[in-house]
Amino acid sequence: MSDLDAMYQEIILDHYKNPHHAGLREPYEAEVHHVNPTCGDEVTLRVHLDSTDDDAVIEDVSYDALGCSISQASVSVLTDLLIGKKVKEALDVHEEFLALMQGRGTVEPDEDVLEDGIAFAGVAKFPARVKCALLGWMAWKDATTQVVARTAGPTEEMA
Amino acid sequence: MPRNLPGLLDGLELIRQDFPILGRTMADGHPLVYLDSANTSQKPQVVIDTMVDHLERHNANVARAVHQLGGEATEAYEAGREKVAAFIGAQRDEVVFTKNASEALNLVANTLAWAEGDLRVGPGDEVLITEMEHHSNIVPWQLLTERTGATLRWFGLTDDGRLDLSNIDELVNERTKVVSLTWVSNMLGTINPVREIADRAHAAGALVVVDASQAVPQMPVDVVASGADLLAFTGHKVVGPTGIGVLWGCRDVLEKLPPFLGGGEMIRTVTMERSTYADVPSKFEAGTPPIVEAVGLGAAVDYLGHVGMENVRRHEEAITGYLLDGLSSVKGLSILGPKDPHDRGGAVSFELDQVHPHDVAQLLDSRGVAVRAGHHCTKPAHQRYGVQASVRASSYLYTTPEEIDALVEGLEYTKKYFRVD
Repeated sequence: MSDLDAMYQEIILDHYKNPHHAGLREPYEAEVHHVNPTCGDEVTLRVHLDSTDDDAVIEDVSYDALGCSISQASVSVLTDLLIGKKVKEALDVHEEFLALMQGRGTVEPDEDVLEDGIAFAGVAKFPARVKCALLGWMAWKDATTQVVARTAGPTEEMA
Repeated sequence: MPRNLPGLLDGLELIRQDFPILGRTMADGHPLVYLDSANTSQKPQVVIDTMVDHLERHNANVARAVHQLGGEATEAYEAGREKVAAFIGAQRDEVVFTKNASEALNLVANTLAWAEGDLRVGPGDEVLITEMEHHSNIVPWQLLTERTGATLRWFGLTDDGRLDLSNIDELVNERTKVVSLTWVSNMLGTINPVREIADRAHAAGALVVVDASQAVPQMPVDVVASGADLLAFTGHKVVGPTGIGVLWGCRDVLEKLPPFLGGGEMIRTVTMERSTYADVPSKFEAGTPPIVEAVGLGAAVDYLGHVGMENVRRHEEAITGYLLDGLSSVKGLSILGPKDPHDRGGAVSFELDQVHPHDVAQLLDSRGVAVRAGHHCTKPAHQRYGVQASVRASSYLYTTPEEIDALVEGLEYTKKYFRVD
């Protein structure tokens, strides 16, 4: 497979054409707007948790995104992966995705953790596109951190 | 051999051989098709050799060393200034070397806040720019007006990518202190009627600043005839090196502006209490300047002078016409900006239906075709046309019709790859 085909996996193109969980929904506890200043990609993202305790579960992640196939597909995959997970588990998935994207193509992705997210392994070889793949993920972490900080006070995990 | 398109440079193949990078092979064996010259131009061998020779044989600091090398370096640096001056029809002392065009524009915007007398921008004054400016000709004026209590105003744009001058009588008025505009748009390609606007601005008593970053590379520029009082461009877009820009100003204005950066070489004398300043252009060149860059820039404008800027302009028109025709043949593609090659520069921005510009650029890159994708530092102009980002192909004196063909083929391949009909 060429590097190009490795980046534009079928899964990515599918998510791009038919993004999952797209659109902004109520209710939500935090909304963030992130941009990639180098290219202008934008995402507005909302997070809704079911409770304020330590075992809070992510009820919904909704978003409105403008950007390339990589950034659009990435936020779509994120919603599939994280909705329904406990915040604690979701942070581990976030960590794993971050490690994959920053690994310059040397990190072997764990399919059990990342599921469709492993399709982004090929993107890691294109440094200019890593930020595209991370845009939605950074927005999600920012929003989630805001909710947790507001409701439970900052924890070490979130800091 | 390039197809015979009227207006192409004679000996285009020989010109291409002057640029070693054009012989590069990219990933998967694709020859380089460089269509990003509005971003930065490639460098001819003579510029590279001149810079290497300077570093190998003549390197020293300028204007402060008595030794032989110091003399040679100073002479080479000042020769760079003379060549640039000759290239744009200026006097040598009116050419200030800066880091880039952004620094040149910031120099003007900052010193206008500090100026004494009629140049000073203050509360109640208006600074007039346009909606098609590069961020480097927007942000410095926002900073100036925010800091001084002046008001920032701008010309809007017409649907076909030109300046909307319908309200010029209202926009250029007795409060207008500065009019700053681009000569050639880096996004839309539009060539603006700089002289006409400058005359109106002067009649109202305003100072005229021109961002010529895309104009000086592409067409003959005579700074005096342009109507500008101050004009900025950058070295790396005129086949010269990065790290050097040019601020030209008519002597009278440069003399009235106070210093920008303080430091070595910009002074006449320094005591612990106060300093007096050198004459222009040294007054604006604090610290060790970009010496080898000035030497390289001198070689670059010499090179362009030998090719002839009239010929470069004709070539750009021919290639841009061919590019506009090629792009128009791609279904689902829409061009931003004027469609007539005779009144526009060689940067053409476009959108491809259903494929994001980054993805277009990535697919083209996989075939060795280098273009720019994004907002090209013109977010307001993109917003004006309801576009988040675009793809930009930009040609130069070394661009061939075959390269345009490779771009158009690459766009058809991109559509197929993303399953767009």
